Amino acid sequence: MNAVEVRSLTKVFNAGRPNSVEALVEVDLTIEPGEFVSLIGPSGCGKSTQLRLIANLVEPTSGEVLVNGKSARQARLDQDYGMAFQQAGLFDWRTVTKNVELPLELKRWSTTERRDRAQEMLDLVKLSEFADHFPWQLSGGMQQRVAIARALAARPPLLLMDEPFGALDEMTREHMQAELLRICGETSTTVVFVTHSIPEAVYLSTRVVVMSPRPGRITDVVDVDLGPHRDVETREADAFFKKVTEVREALRGIATPGVEPDIEQVTGEAGEG
Amino acid sequence: MRRSGASALALVWPPVVFGVAFLLIWEIAVEVFDFQTYFLPAPSAIWGAFRANTASIWEATRVSGQNALVGLLVGTALGVAMSFLLERFRLLTDLMTPLAVALNAVPIFILVAIFNNMYPVTSEVPRRLMVTLVVYFIVLVNVARGLRDVRIIHVELMRSFAASDVAILLKVRVPNAVPFLFTALKIAAPASVITAFVSEYFGGSQNGLGSRIVSNIALSNNSEAWAYVLGACLLGLAFYLTAVVLERFAVPGGRGALERLAA
Repeated sequence: MNAVEVRSLTKVFNAGRPNSVEALVEVDLTIEPGEFVSLIGPSGCGKSTQLRLIANLVEPTSGEVLVNGKSARQARLDQDYGMAFQQAGLFDWRTVTKNVELPLELKRWSTTERRDRAQEMLDLVKLSEFADHFPWQLSGGMQQRVAIARALAARPPLLLMDEPFGALDEMTREHMQAELLRICGETSTTVVFVTHSIPEAVYLSTRVVVMSPRPGRITDVVDVDLGPHRDVETREADAFFKKVTEVREALRGIATPGVEPDIEQVTGEAGEG
Repeated sequence: MRRSGASALALVWPPVVFGVAFLLIWEIAVEVFDFQTYFLPAPSAIWGAFRANTASIWEATRVSGQNALVGLLVGTALGVAMSFLLERFRLLTDLMTPLAVALNAVPIFILVAIFNNMYPVTSEVPRRLMVTLVVYFIVLVNVARGLRDVRIIHVELMRSFAASDVAILLKVRVPNAVPFLFTALKIAAPASVITAFVSEYFGGSQNGLGSRIVSNIALSNNSEAWAYVLGACLLGLAFYLTAVVLERFAVPGGRGALERLAA
């Protein structure tokens, strides 16, 4: 069974009105369990929309999304996925532990079960000693780790991430990428990851899906065969740079003359998504 | 987050020094320029009058304070209840807004005169109604905003966790509104005291702080009038401090809405 199956998915915002936007047109994508798939492309290419359609946070205009073989809506109701956004989105009035416990509360787990699992998740993201802190007492990177712990607390088989490291500085970002790979390896979670950054996509992914705007569609899929174990060495390997170049060229192919693609280069800063 | 003793002292001494200096200058000015009591009594004279009339000031404070407290509690309860209704039925907001605007245009203290006609002369109900009305709007505006203005990311996140509308209300909207409620209470608590004794100017029993201030001024007992003003200050301060202390206990991390917005 596929983790995610997207069949001729189309999303038109404001359909039938003068300001209608074809965010996504006839997109097909199949993701197998254990894969790490990045969606990359210029602003307006529909990568975030596609993630939201998989999450059932927006309804498709036409086409179909299956998650774990179920409809996206059923998968959402069954909490088959966890989600993390660019902002950590922690609740200010809850301690770190209480934030991680939230999805379990909604599943009506008992207090002890919740506390044990939250403890386990905080161990996983290495924040046990901050369990009783409030979110605003943590750094941006730590907050994002709490958000990941929360997204994975109910052990969903799928993790959906919308530029989760976009607001972090370069050093923290590389650290978080390595941590994410470790966490997903330990929990064997399938990941769909939206990003602006080419090296980030290459470093993390088993496959990079390149998308183009107006209308949003998939133009290329780059397999990244860098092996399951990736570390600091990986970022300096020739194979890594070759893949970065390959993805960049795939993106360059879609750039309209005179319009600069909103894509971050190897040394660039994160743009607004 | 806890302040150390030294820095707490650093926070306290400037207003204390200012207050003492202010009273000293006042006292000296009255002495030097030979102000008459009908113009401005000296702090020492006010304090003397306060000491001499403690029992009756206490009694008047009790009456006004009780009116303020009843109005504050009822107004808060009604304001909170109404903001939940507005959140549940968004259409109500559209219906209520013109009414609220119209009511805002009315010089609101006129209403107490109308309430006075509706009840027996010695009834405290008109004043309590007046306080209720003032508090109600302050609480309604703030709490409704707290329930409505939640972060979009929080709502999306809750939807991704398959949360029901009720769960979103209880786990996102209500906690988000708590600091707004206390912001409202910190405004409403002193306002309830002011409303309670200003309402006394419009007739009814002459037993509260407001009526005593008016009658003492009428009798040229200026020091006594100021002594009652002092009682009114202390009452308002007590109400405000109670709201602040409650906020410290009720808001996790002890942060108010404004601090949270600034973060």
